[in-house]
Amino acid sequence: MATLKNSLGLRASLLSLLIFAAIIGLWQIATLPTAASGPAVDPEYAKLVGNAAATGTKSSMPTPADIAVTIWGHLTDPFYVRGSNDKGIGIQLAYSLGRVLLGFGLAALVAVPLGFLIGMSPLVYRALDPFIQILKPVSPLAWMPLALYTIKDSAISSIFVIFICSVWPMLINTAFGVASVRKEWLNVARTLEVGPFRTAFKVILPAAAPTIMTGMRISIGIAWLVIVAAEMLVGGTGIGYFVWNEWNNLSIANIVTAILLIGLVGLALDQGLARITKLVTYPE
Amino acid sequence: MDNRPLISVEGLARRFGDSGQPAVFENIWFGIDKGEFCCLIGHSGCGKTTILNVLAGLDSPSDGAVIVDNREIDGPSLDRAVIFQGHALLPWLSVMGNIAFAVSSRWPTWDRAKVQEHARRFIELVGLKGAENKRPAQLSGGMKQRVGIARALSIQPKMLLMDEPFSALDALTRGMLQDEVLRICADTKQTVFMITHDVDEAILLADKIVLMTNGPGAKIAEIVVNTMPRNERHRNDLHRHPQYYAIRNHLVEFLVNRSRAFDKEIAGVAYDPRRLKLVKPGLSAVNPPAEVVPLRHTH
Repeated sequence: MATLKNSLGLRASLLSLLIFAAIIGLWQIATLPTAASGPAVDPEYAKLVGNAAATGTKSSMPTPADIAVTIWGHLTDPFYVRGSNDKGIGIQLAYSLGRVLLGFGLAALVAVPLGFLIGMSPLVYRALDPFIQILKPVSPLAWMPLALYTIKDSAISSIFVIFICSVWPMLINTAFGVASVRKEWLNVARTLEVGPFRTAFKVILPAAAPTIMTGMRISIGIAWLVIVAAEMLVGGTGIGYFVWNEWNNLSIANIVTAILLIGLVGLALDQGLARITKLVTYPE
Repeated sequence: MDNRPLISVEGLARRFGDSGQPAVFENIWFGIDKGEFCCLIGHSGCGKTTILNVLAGLDSPSDGAVIVDNREIDGPSLDRAVIFQGHALLPWLSVMGNIAFAVSSRWPTWDRAKVQEHARRFIELVGLKGAENKRPAQLSGGMKQRVGIARALSIQPKMLLMDEPFSALDALTRGMLQDEVLRICADTKQTVFMITHDVDEAILLADKIVLMTNGPGAKIAEIVVNTMPRNERHRNDLHRHPQYYAIRNHLVEFLVNRSRAFDKEIAGVAYDPRRLKLVKPGLSAVNPPAEVVPLRHTH
């Protein structure tokens, strides 16, 4: 059984490597410099974009080797600051992470207690349900103009957008987790004359913790998706701004590097919360 | 009023939904004396669990009251510990954690060491020494119910309320736990109210068996006194006791026939739910125990 499992894992890894190699290979072929076929473009444009791109001898799409060089450059010097528009990719990621964690943290501070209230009181549940149902499907970016207008600060506005997009999954999951705590566990607390606060912390919270953590995991995933778009809008700092800036520079290699790093950070955030979820999950 | 039993159920009724609905049970009167083991027998749906929940303070009656120590029950109390049918252990806590939760609820001023020491005593009492750090999911059904029993006993209540505590267990485990409950109750002189639908369990454990008719409008038909003394009740030779079959037949007859047709039975006869008949089938008709035919050939 163990050997079968091992061989499956091994075969899967091999297949992954193969797919990776195929992608890199296709990419390499697609970005091979084509033979020069005379000046195909306006000389003014050629002057503007550089000779190689203009004559078509070299694609502006970087080769895998170019990307590797760029990634290596970013990884060896992630935290440099050369002016307000030229900061290391590590600094940009740190700005984005900071905003996500701040917005997410604030959302947790609001969503968990409010979710508790909604989960415990059918009255509050019914009263708040229409608001939640209408606001939940709104794209968080739709809040951006309103935030910019009322807060008048682009950095805080992007944190607000993160807040508003992370609040819903946590709120709904907390309310659901709290509302579905088994009646018999609550009855145990009641027969032991446990007060409401001790019941909330010692019975309801641990019972609902796995559901709450699942909500948090969904939230942080959405927050990490939204931060890139939000930073593209507000500009200044952050990985989203970096991507937009490099698009303006037409530096595809930097954009690809950023995409890979965004993916890796998102994976790390998700796995971190998965770890915590596992800690609070109990077998029944 | 002075000769009230420890627990006195007085005119209890419970209706679900609006008041026009017929009551699940009504006009329920009975008492449980201190140190007495009282079983309630009846079919499903007659409101047995509801009566237990009212005694526990988890449910409130539509009518009537339960008086404990001359005070009306108005909510759950640490004086009345409940052993739940589905054990109801908190799955994220260990055996020790579950019992310590109860102990520290009872004595909030105790420090951790004192709570654990007290909890350990009751873990040992139910024979779970060595399993303190296990989670409920790692325990068998019987062990889980032992934890439930230890948790209920650990708060040293004035009475135990048990809702079919052994019904989810296999026969062997059930027997072992019944013996243990019998031993522990004798040692601690507990007052117990237990719901069961198992006639043999009632005869083995109970001093008094309350018979409930079918709902809706369920009522107490009569109270059977178990005239077999406690020290003569042993699980392995219960069936050899001269009174056993008389009591058993009486209970089975009630469950099979009379619980359904009790309203006809009392039509035109004086039936006062406040002064129920105390029936002693064990004394009135002593049947000799059925002769045991040995399976092996005698030499």
